[in-house]
Amino acid sequence: MSDHEYVPSSKFGKWFNDRLPLLSLASHLTDYPTPKNLNYWWTFGGILTFCLITQIVTGLTLAMHYIAHADMAFESVEHIMRDVNYGWLIRYIHANGASMFFLAVYIHIFRSLFYGSYKSPREIIWIIGIIIYLLMMAAAFMGYVLPWGQMSFWGATVITNLFSAIPLVGEGIVNWLWGGYSVDNPTLTRFFTLHYLIPFLILGLVVLHIWALHIPGNNNPIGIDVKKPSKDTVPFHPYIVIKDAFALLMFTIVFAFFVFYSPNILGHADNYIEANPLVTPAHIVPEWYLLPFYAILRSVPDKLLGVVAMLSAILILAALPWLDTSKIRSAVFRPLYKQFYWILVADVLILGYVGAMPAEGLYLLIARVATAYYFVHFLFILPILGFKEKTIPVPLSITEPVLGGMPNLATVKQKESLKK
Amino acid sequence: MPEKMPEKKPKRREFLFTATYAVGAVGVGAVVWPLVDQMNPDASVKALASTEVDVSSVKPGNTITILWRGKPVFIRRRTQDEIMEARSVKMEDLKHPEKDEDRAKDPEWLVMLGVCTHLGCVPLNDKGDYDGWFCPCHGSHYDISGRIRKGPAPLNMEVPKYEFVNANTIKIG
Repeated sequence: MSDHEYVPSSKFGKWFNDRLPLLSLASHLTDYPTPKNLNYWWTFGGILTFCLITQIVTGLTLAMHYIAHADMAFESVEHIMRDVNYGWLIRYIHANGASMFFLAVYIHIFRSLFYGSYKSPREIIWIIGIIIYLLMMAAAFMGYVLPWGQMSFWGATVITNLFSAIPLVGEGIVNWLWGGYSVDNPTLTRFFTLHYLIPFLILGLVVLHIWALHIPGNNNPIGIDVKKPSKDTVPFHPYIVIKDAFALLMFTIVFAFFVFYSPNILGHADNYIEANPLVTPAHIVPEWYLLPFYAILRSVPDKLLGVVAMLSAILILAALPWLDTSKIRSAVFRPLYKQFYWILVADVLILGYVGAMPAEGLYLLIARVATAYYFVHFLFILPILGFKEKTIPVPLSITEPVLGGMPNLATVKQKESLKK
Repeated sequence: MPEKMPEKKPKRREFLFTATYAVGAVGVGAVVWPLVDQMNPDASVKALASTEVDVSSVKPGNTITILWRGKPVFIRRRTQDEIMEARSVKMEDLKHPEKDEDRAKDPEWLVMLGVCTHLGCVPLNDKGDYDGWFCPCHGSHYDISGRIRKGPAPLNMEVPKYEFVNANTIKIG
């Protein structure tokens, strides 16, 4: 794991490090060689770590006041909002923090898609990332149930009913999940338990995610292998630390805007009505970050196939390193892939939009086309593109285009214009 | 003899290993099952199995909704027109073919779980393209017999076990 042998300077440090090499680990983390061309899209790993810690800290404090009982949950949340010192702040940070977490994770995932970070030798990092993403969705869903409002209750009903699509055992599984014959108190208490557990599972997986990252090192915007340490790398501290810190500062401004100026804009007004098992809200929508998958679910007219399509849309990502047959990582050198990448981004945004709209008429048609395209992208376009695409020559190192070797078109043109 | 020994010994050891794994697996299973089963509906939930409802105040053409096992149950007193409509539907037109006669023992009273068979929302009364119910969540249309006619739901709304205790009282469950 360590790239060079680290020896602590103090005598105690050496004594301790021989017994538990924490100082070696710290040294590895600070000296960790990173490609020097990392752009701001690479700062979202740090931002996501911040989001996770924010959710854990605010979640722990909320749990000191929240009561996981069907008769008291709704009131205890209002109690947090009105009576608990700074309860409103902590809850708004936690609720909006979930949205910020997903915002950051989507940027992080699409960064990876653009620069081919999921390709060999980083497949395991990618797959751990997908598992983290799945756990995030589970945690977010269960967290949304806890306030026991109308959207909580009916969101829980709809999502748990997805399992009833499984032939033969579906009904039994749903009753098992509920601990009854409908979403009720037993469901709430177990969701609270799992909602408390999952962030710590995510934390463990994040450690593995970073560990796996530190074996091959970071990918970079031109997607080539970098010798490390070399002229192409800079130590993590202070170069990346300060860059990450600046990006985090910018991110927290956006975060704070939501918390302080529009804390409920990402939520749903119906969730301020206490859960009522007799009345379904007129228009059930999940939180914005689940909308694309919700659109896929609704675009298939068959119940079981709809559920299968929705799950496949997520799980297909795990197979991505093998579906993308191109040896070139970065889209910078893949002119065709670059276009298909942006079409995919648009496709997912469209799915998100129609997911928020009623599933009828034109919206349904758009959802069906966009769902079909989503799968075509991963199952046909990516595998074929790897063989057909004519890629742009890749530089041999990060410094090469600047310091000589292969001529860089931009610099050549610049020099010519200077001569004139 | 010493050459044969190494052949025999691993076999015996392998058997012991396999037997140990097998017993171990049974032991793990016996420990895991209570941890899994504790999530199933408990005795207090199961105990709320039946509910009695007084339906004397329900006028023809009206529906009341009551709560049974945490789920809404629709009780509709149907008009003659509605009964005619429900009974005149051809079986070929149904996604989940069921005769109205089988769904409503007494044609005037339709008793069913007010739970959409798609993903469990509560459909709205007197809505939809078939004069019955309409689920606002994902657009399933039900007819006046509670049968699925259009939309993603796979089945008709479920008719629970019920009986008339007397002319005015229905016992559900």
